[in-house]
Amino acid sequence: MKHSKGNIHNIETFGTFDGPGVRYVLFLQGCPFKCKFCHNRDSWSSRVNSLMSVQAVLDDYATYEPFYKNGGMTVSGGEPLMQAPFVRDLFQAAKEKNIHTTLDTSAACFNPQKKDLVKEVLTHTDLVLLDIKHIDEAAHKSLTGASNHQVLSFLDLLESLGKKTIIRHVLIPTINDDETSINRLKNHLRHYQCIEKVEVLPYHTHGRHKWEDMGLSYPLEGIPPMDKQTATEVENDLNQTLHTNPNETLFKKDSL
Amino acid sequence: MKAWRKFNEGTWQTRIDVRDFIQNNYTEYRGDDTFLEGPTESSTILNEQVNAFLLRELKEGGVLEMDTDTVSSITSHKAGYIDKDLETIVGLQTDKPFKRAFHPYGGINVAKKALEAYGYKVSDRMDEIFSKYRKTHNQGVFDAYTQEVRKARRSGIITGLPDGYGRGRIIGDYRRLALYGATRLIEEKVAEKSRYKTPMNEKNIRMREEIQEQINALKELLELGAHYGFDLSEPANNAKEAIQWTYLAYLAAVKEQNGAAMSLGRTATFLDIYIQRDLNDERINEKEAQEMIDHFIMKLRMVRFARTPDYNDLFTGDPTWVTESLAGMGTDGRSLVTRTTFRYLQTLYNLDTSAEPNLTVLWSDALPKGFKHFCAKVSAETSSIQYENDEIMRPKHGDDYAIACCVSPMNIGKEMQFFGARANLAKALLYAINGGKDEITGNQIAPKTDIYDKEYLDYDEVMSRLDNVMDWLSETYVSALNTIHYMHDKYAYERIQMAFHDAEVKRNFATGIAGLSVVADSLSAIRYAKVRPVRDDRTGLIIDYETEGNFPHYGNNDDLVDEIANDIISRFMTKLRRQYTYRESIPTMSILTITSNVVYGKKTGNTPDGRKTGEPFAPGANPMHGRDKTGALNSLLSVAKINADDCEDGISNTFTLVPSALNNDHENLASIIDGYFTKGGYHVNINILDRAQLIDAYNNPDKYPNLTIRVSGYAVNFAKLTSPQKKEVIERTFHETL
Repeated sequence: MKHSKGNIHNIETFGTFDGPGVRYVLFLQGCPFKCKFCHNRDSWSSRVNSLMSVQAVLDDYATYEPFYKNGGMTVSGGEPLMQAPFVRDLFQAAKEKNIHTTLDTSAACFNPQKKDLVKEVLTHTDLVLLDIKHIDEAAHKSLTGASNHQVLSFLDLLESLGKKTIIRHVLIPTINDDETSINRLKNHLRHYQCIEKVEVLPYHTHGRHKWEDMGLSYPLEGIPPMDKQTATEVENDLNQTLHTNPNETLFKKDSL
Repeated sequence: MKAWRKFNEGTWQTRIDVRDFIQNNYTEYRGDDTFLEGPTESSTILNEQVNAFLLRELKEGGVLEMDTDTVSSITSHKAGYIDKDLETIVGLQTDKPFKRAFHPYGGINVAKKALEAYGYKVSDRMDEIFSKYRKTHNQGVFDAYTQEVRKARRSGIITGLPDGYGRGRIIGDYRRLALYGATRLIEEKVAEKSRYKTPMNEKNIRMREEIQEQINALKELLELGAHYGFDLSEPANNAKEAIQWTYLAYLAAVKEQNGAAMSLGRTATFLDIYIQRDLNDERINEKEAQEMIDHFIMKLRMVRFARTPDYNDLFTGDPTWVTESLAGMGTDGRSLVTRTTFRYLQTLYNLDTSAEPNLTVLWSDALPKGFKHFCAKVSAETSSIQYENDEIMRPKHGDDYAIACCVSPMNIGKEMQFFGARANLAKALLYAINGGKDEITGNQIAPKTDIYDKEYLDYDEVMSRLDNVMDWLSETYVSALNTIHYMHDKYAYERIQMAFHDAEVKRNFATGIAGLSVVADSLSAIRYAKVRPVRDDRTGLIIDYETEGNFPHYGNNDDLVDEIANDIISRFMTKLRRQYTYRESIPTMSILTITSNVVYGKKTGNTPDGRKTGEPFAPGANPMHGRDKTGALNSLLSVAKINADDCEDGISNTFTLVPSALNNDHENLASIIDGYFTKGGYHVNINILDRAQLIDAYNNPDKYPNLTIRVSGYAVNFAKLTSPQKKEVIERTFHETL
């Protein structure tokens, strides 16, 4: 089991954005979503980039370990669950060493009919960062090339397991920042006890050059970056309603 | 004794032992920063007055007023004030704020030059006395310097030697005055003197004379106290007096000496004992406690010396290195963090950020969480703190050491050092290749050998040549320092600072090196790529290098090159240890440049690593700018690998993160410091800055009057850097996350 290897896109040894504290962030290669706003366009392909064994990752982690006392290891992507057996082995080995594990996923390849492997991964996962790109299925399809059905089912699975979860939502002007979308997302998320908080990330265009480097045109050409203040307001709004009784009347927010 | 009421007893009562007093009496504080108070009205008014002086000083080219006719001494000036009615802690170096005193003993020519640089002229009387009748340090040194030393000095392979200015880096245990009072200290000195009797040899005669000088200085200190209306013969009776006594002891030192670094020591935990006693007795409240500390720190910010343009090039920004060492762990496992440790850091908010005093946190993983968090917050918001690894220093210097200058640890009152500036190892490498000739002037500086004559540089041969040059360099360098410190003791002895030491002190002989990352990368290029030297047809000198292929760079946690760095350090230190060093001192070494990395670069030709003539070196032990490409942690890990046993005088690392890299969580900064020090890091300056902000500050200095940044070993007001230094700071690696 420990012989599985990961196809690695990149390693960030000083990650402060993907889970608590300072973290070792392993970006895996390959993603089934085709998000128009993707800032790691070069991570989509599943061609072999750089193979690393579980042991090699742990050895590399050990080099930096004293910096991760309040942090740990995050596996991101690409879409890490495309390499679920590797992530399972890695996290299992990490937990044996008492390393805090975070899975940063968009659940793009989650199949509710075949959830055993994913459940094994989650057994060794301390925290899940779940990306929800769009709450509306049609809009999700248009934005990512796939339905959001598996994403929301994955959230159900997390709830059933009581797995600590942070929802991440990239707020994109004209795509998902309208009041209807935000209210729908809010009404959806408020049911889940497993959600610790929602992080709203303002859309930025820093990943654009990666598309251009690959000779591709940038699909969200013309859409400006999201202003940080708005993102913060939406984030506060979404967090305020978390864990509230769905039958209770919501105060109408006029912040948008 | 009334002054010692409610203090726990200990051996400190029967002998001079401040550490024992602290250990028996301090109250560790493990809480957070919520108890802290903002500035009082009088603090704010006083601070505005001080800031107005600062602004005027900056506008007038860096100096407000200079004394030209009074030799600065402990008693040379009558009392001076900012605003007498508002000041709770008083005392100025001269009779007016920001008036710079005249210190001729380091060298009359240098003192004259310093005056002339700002449009002043030494009085005829002073000129005559110090040219005709009273020899100064600088003259003594040059009377004795050898030709080799003079040549090495002129070529810039040895730079910054304290042969024309005060050596500094001596920390008096100024706390002794507060705890014991001058009468008791004088009695102790008289007893010490009587122990040096037989045989009446040079050592004992010198000891007797020096101790008598110390006694005389303590008597003058009594007079200084009287100028301000205090009786310093008795111990301090309360918190205000304890701060005042400690400050006046320090003030006497900066009145008498214009040493390069006039560090304060480790006063916060000591003073906290007095503050805590007064708080317990309800004699003062927290606001008043903070006010006294604010006023004390304000005074430390005002310390000024007259210095020459040459000096300013090396050490820019008018630094005085009033270094105060905070926190650290005790040998019994308690931290030395007190509420006053917090109060010192709070001054960066109450009085705004500042380069001085050089606030230095002695960091350990075991420090209380609340304190670590506060440090990280203050660092992130002010970029004004530096950190030293207490776990490296405490085992060697005990738990009552302090940092002098930037990174030099010494057990307070029991150790001192002979400051020795630094040798340029990058230039040594070029001499090795050029047969001992200077790559810029062509002058023969090191012993003559053949100029390298093969098509490509061969690692083993270059190393063997470098090793030979380092033999010569270590000998020449130590000769210079021996001469300097002999003469400094003779002509500019630090009477008052040494009065706050035990008679028998351990002396460290503090050498230093510059250009480590340039040498490491150059040797890496020679070893792992192919380096073809380019000759000047006219002179035959090798003046440039063409490199084919890639090679590992220092700063990426790659042992292939990091071990070269350690090899160089170990070779040079071994050679230094073989030399005779003055006054039974123990050779140590630092990797620290302060801002002189710019000047060293200016004086050093093209190097095999690809650095061009005149380009700055990296500061201290830092990797070269832009070459630490594999991330912040790898950069830190390369520096952490440097063997601290070969660099007992310190390894300086200046680390800059963009604010967003911390993702608004100060805890992340604490994790970085913890990680770096756990990995064996020695020192780190933390800057949390955006390059864009610095560029804006470069273009619009008026917008950023208080922008403080950490450079190698100290903090500086960005506006006070020279233009090339500002550019160098902007070129440094700013670590970001993806």
